[in-house]
Amino acid sequence: MLTTESIQKIDREIAKYPAGQKQSAVMAALAIAQEELGWLPSEAIEFVATYLGMAPIAAYEVASFYNMYDLKPVGKYKLTVCTNLPCTLSGGGDAAGYLKEKLGIGFDETTPDGKFTLKEGECLGACGDAPVMLVNNRRMCGHMRPEEIDKLLEELE
Amino acid sequence: MAILGAINPILTVGWNGDAAWRLRDYVKRGGYGALRKILEEKIPADQVIGEIKKSGLRGRGGAGFPTGLKWSFMPKDFKDGKYIVCNTDEGEPGTFKDRDILRNNPHAVIEGMAIAAYAVGAERGYNYIHGEIWEIYKRFEEALDEAREAGFIGRDILGSGFGFELFAHHGYGAYVCGEESALLESIEGKKGQPRFKPPFPASVGLYGKPTTINNTETFAAVPFVLNMGAEAYLEAGKPNNGGTKLFSVSGHVNRPGNYELPLGTPFATLLEMAGGVRGGRKLKACIPGGSSAPVLPAEIIMDCTMDYDCIGKAGSMMGSGAVIVMDETTCMVRALERLSYFYHEESCGQCTPCREGTGWMYRIVHRIEHGEGRPEDLELLSSLTANIMGRTVCALGDAAAMPVQGFLKHFRDEFAYHVEHGKCLVPPEVQRAGSTFFKAAE
Amino acid sequence: MLDIEIDGKQVQVPPGSTIMDAARALGAYIPHFCYHKKLSIAANCRMCLVQVEKAPKPLPACATPAANGMKVFTHSELAVKAQKGVMEFLLINHPLDCPICDQGGECQLQDLSVGYGGTASRYREAKHVVVAKDVGPLISMREMSRCIHCTRCVRFGQEIAGVMELGMANRNVHSEILTFVGRSVDSELSGNMIDLCPVGALTSKPFRYSARSWELSRRGSVSPHDSLGTNLIVQVKNGRVMRVLPRENEEINECWISDKDRFSYEALNSAERLQKPMVRVDGALREVEWNVALDYVAHALKDVAGKHGAGSLAALASPHSTAEELYLLRKLMRAMGSGNVDFRPRRSDFSSDGKRAGIPWLGLRIAEIQNLSAALVVGGFLRKDHPLFAQRLRQLARKAGKVSVVSVTGDESLIDLHARISVAPRNLARALAGVLKAAATRLGAAVPAGLETVEPCAQAQAIAESLTTGGKKAIFLGNVAEQVDQAGQLHALAADLSRLTGASLGFIGEAANSVGGYVAGALPGGEGLDGLNAREMFARPRKAYLLLGVEPEFDCANPREAVAAIKQADFVAVMTPFRDGAAMDYADALLPLAAFTETSGTYVNTEGRVQSVSGVCRPPGEARPGWKVLRVLGNTLALPGFDHESSEAVRDEFIPAGAPFAENLDNGVDLPLAPLPAASAGGLERIADVPIHFADALARRARALQKTRDAAEPVARIHPETLDRLGVAAGERVRVRQGPGEAVLTARADALVPPDCVRVAAAHATTASLGGMFGPIDVERA
Repeated sequence: MLTTESIQKIDREIAKYPAGQKQSAVMAALAIAQEELGWLPSEAIEFVATYLGMAPIAAYEVASFYNMYDLKPVGKYKLTVCTNLPCTLSGGGDAAGYLKEKLGIGFDETTPDGKFTLKEGECLGACGDAPVMLVNNRRMCGHMRPEEIDKLLEELE
Repeated sequence: MAILGAINPILTVGWNGDAAWRLRDYVKRGGYGALRKILEEKIPADQVIGEIKKSGLRGRGGAGFPTGLKWSFMPKDFKDGKYIVCNTDEGEPGTFKDRDILRNNPHAVIEGMAIAAYAVGAERGYNYIHGEIWEIYKRFEEALDEAREAGFIGRDILGSGFGFELFAHHGYGAYVCGEESALLESIEGKKGQPRFKPPFPASVGLYGKPTTINNTETFAAVPFVLNMGAEAYLEAGKPNNGGTKLFSVSGHVNRPGNYELPLGTPFATLLEMAGGVRGGRKLKACIPGGSSAPVLPAEIIMDCTMDYDCIGKAGSMMGSGAVIVMDETTCMVRALERLSYFYHEESCGQCTPCREGTGWMYRIVHRIEHGEGRPEDLELLSSLTANIMGRTVCALGDAAAMPVQGFLKHFRDEFAYHVEHGKCLVPPEVQRAGSTFFKAAE
Repeated sequence: MLDIEIDGKQVQVPPGSTIMDAARALGAYIPHFCYHKKLSIAANCRMCLVQVEKAPKPLPACATPAANGMKVFTHSELAVKAQKGVMEFLLINHPLDCPICDQGGECQLQDLSVGYGGTASRYREAKHVVVAKDVGPLISMREMSRCIHCTRCVRFGQEIAGVMELGMANRNVHSEILTFVGRSVDSELSGNMIDLCPVGALTSKPFRYSARSWELSRRGSVSPHDSLGTNLIVQVKNGRVMRVLPRENEEINECWISDKDRFSYEALNSAERLQKPMVRVDGALREVEWNVALDYVAHALKDVAGKHGAGSLAALASPHSTAEELYLLRKLMRAMGSGNVDFRPRRSDFSSDGKRAGIPWLGLRIAEIQNLSAALVVGGFLRKDHPLFAQRLRQLARKAGKVSVVSVTGDESLIDLHARISVAPRNLARALAGVLKAAATRLGAAVPAGLETVEPCAQAQAIAESLTTGGKKAIFLGNVAEQVDQAGQLHALAADLSRLTGASLGFIGEAANSVGGYVAGALPGGEGLDGLNAREMFARPRKAYLLLGVEPEFDCANPREAVAAIKQADFVAVMTPFRDGAAMDYADALLPLAAFTETSGTYVNTEGRVQSVSGVCRPPGEARPGWKVLRVLGNTLALPGFDHESSEAVRDEFIPAGAPFAENLDNGVDLPLAPLPAASAGGLERIADVPIHFADALARRARALQKTRDAAEPVARIHPETLDRLGVAAGERVRVRQGPGEAVLTARADALVPPDCVRVAAAHATTASLGGMFGPIDVERA
């Protein structure tokens, strides 16, 4: 299901926790699986659950609770735009609108070429840099006004 | 990003240059000196806790609980493993200080956690880091490797016989995990559903073992408290509000960012440091302690000093020190609608009043904002907040209800106008003019 | 003890109690949904908020520790306001359509909303809709919008059933109870979630929308299935059993019942019930009147006895029969001069007969299990053979009791085991001997003779450690330990181990009257008569057979041998509730029997507890209670002592009136240790489980149970290495052979089966043509 490299990463996470507490690595393991597969098909969730000795539904509870996991396929680039109050006071909502128009999609939609998925984010913890967005859960981009957004999209093309 | 401004800084000293976060730089600044001193001089754990108590250091995550007192709750005779957990699940809208602490000075947090571990007799610790700040999580792991290699954490720290293993655990998108017991559940590999208290983490915490949880900024302050001495730290702030605090300023100011101030500094000073209200507009309101703190109108906040006591007396909370500034172009109904959506979205779904109540409140505010308010809505909202507050498993219910109460208390006329006229008191063109998306802030 | 005051009343509770515990001790009711005395505390519904003196806000009674001097107000203004507030929230997204809800009339939410709900809703928004789920044939999750997220069902799975099949996914108002990607709920205890659900979210699929709770009479009964003696409530409408629920009995089944106990009633209402006596005339079965049928049977029996001697008659009964039936069957046979009676059809080794000190039983009371420091279960498919017994051991392991298993497969017990040994059936005795030797060595006692070649493995050492330390310990012999050829040897070894370690020794017993049959004396021989046991009566075929509730093609240790013997007999009379079995081929007379719920009678459970029940509804057609049939047959045969007026009168002949427990319970055995068989047989060995829903005639015919995963058609489970050696790929069809018997099955790789073994279920039509449950077997690609 997952590459040896991903399994090794998961093993490193398991090693962080006391003996008998493998389940603690489930969040990291799901994130690693998602990083490799692009999203979390149920087979991946079950694989992780079995690997960590938990009930598949227990792993599914986790996968469906935390909103950075994608239980449906997403585009090559998932852009999560924070529209929470502090961000929106500084243009977060406008940035989301700009992206929607530019990409021709709404939140939770993917461009027809499969390149971009847009997500409405809750507080990313970077309100001072508003507007902020997160690329594929990993890269935080701040101060995203039109020129910066254009540049980012160009870079990701 | 370095600190944008500071008055008599403690925590943020040396936050400059790309290498400031490295172990070498931290040690050069005197880092790990407090830990070394404690271990070398075999300072009794009680004495360390006593120093922290004397310093007036209070939890920087939002609740403001006295840190030394919290540490003293840990059972001394418990031998079956205790834990130290750092809460860097910084997701309270408006708050972004811990991200900067870990970015600029992760070793202060590591040292603070190691000292705490020594003080309470813990052997293992975790730093739970907000999933969205992935680069910071990676940096912290790197800092841990440096510290491990240098022997500041690990089995036998500096040959003292004291051992403390520390690891990073990342979140993956759940505001509620900032609640300490939800955070523990999350480390255990479960949904972040808060636990009922009692028992408190100090008796039943991570994996059922006694656990001390503090905020990142709290741990970061610990080495400084011990280096400068409890009294000096206390004096850096004001009585009962020891030391300095990082304030995250966001919203309608010219220079949003983090500022370190002695507790008790006037709000006006902070606003001025942040470049004042954007475009020279008039201050309308301020949420002084993160999104769950009740909003305060300009005339009240301008008279406040930034400390737990003064903000509390004004009817709000200093919380995490997140200052959300709103100018006269802000529609307060729309602002509340976004916050209510947030609490509804982030409710863990476990307990009835929060799961059901946050959704109901959001729907009502949403209707009001969209011109479908009913005359009875404002009373209904007040009644719902009363039915949520104090009835939930964790404080998220209160956090969802307090903004509603605050907005209704101070800006009721704006809500009434929406209900009556189906539109906003602040004309759309004024609201639009407030946006800086297409033009840089002046 | 803590003194606490609730609504002005004083009560004392032990430290560690909650306000809810204290209120319950007082008999004061605090409204609640998520709280359940057998489950962990969730404190999520918030319905039990009460006022506590000096507390600034209302506190949940279920989770708040009682403290000395605490004053609690459950009906104060503050408390009631909080409770009403919670009720309003619970109802906003809950459909307000009680009249069309299956739970209506027995719904906690409905009941409490009467007291705490408003007359009109302030909620004007759209209600949240939750999609229906299909989780199998037993539990309906069609109306999940009714769910109030109390998570009782989730906690039940985690804590009681031992397997988390349901979870609460998502968050906020989108939280929903579901299985992993639409899988079925397969726990053998799953139906309890229906009872636990305080609303109409989880309902009984077979029962739903067939009756209203207030139309149903509620009658107490006892489960006729496994040996626990589970207490039941049978609900009847218009003379028909509509539903079976648990009757709480803390000493036996607590508040749980297994799915088999709950859903087997469907067989009672099956179209295949035998409603009129039948006799074979000119090769065909014809319906006749009772007097005709009984005359026919009486004449045939007398005829055979006259021609071939009374020893040519044999009677075999199901251990699921009532004790009265078993007693009268034995009485009838003895009165006719035959000692060929037995009620243990799945047994193949009878070496302990005549060597036992008393009646084999559990060795302790069921409720004592929770106080054990260690338990060893030898031989059995514990979880499927005895779901609630396994549940008791699961709870024991949860509180740090050391539970170990020595058995023939590594089946998941869902118990946190201390140690486990899985060996081929022939090596069960050797494995147990290993534990015995390790225990003797640990205790510095002499190693019993004959165990010189035994080398205890690490697991055996661990088991011995658990049995030689700590407090009260117990050894339990499970079904397989009684079914294998070395049953006597296992008994003797276990008795030695018990003597050595001070652990109690017991048999779990296969069926509802596994103890009762002994109490009723339904055993071969006795009273100066020789007797053939359940194996011998087929190995040495008789001329006439009288079968009571038993289906030899499924129930016998060697069905092929049994059926062959029956088919060659001159006369076969079958007393049965059903008309669809193999008996239709071989019976010369079929006597319609009242089934469970339709007859009064007694079950003596594994702990020797005597439980007599009344019939709760009439049998269909002309079916009659077995005790009456046997009594009248006795009269027809003009035998003395068949004049009972009631089943109680029958019972009083063999159980002292009013005795709560059977007498003479004793697991001692005077059996020398036979030499242990060689460790390897050189060929393949069969392991036969009796699938939970094929274990008795009733379960076999319960429609919904037959759709569960537990009722899946048998496959040949073989260890992957053995499969490789045989050159068979998993998924291929294989022919399995035992002597002349054979069956074609799908091969399945199963690492839980010991190497060189083939696990093929018994008690199923596809495997009925095979031979013994254990012993040599051949496998080849079909």
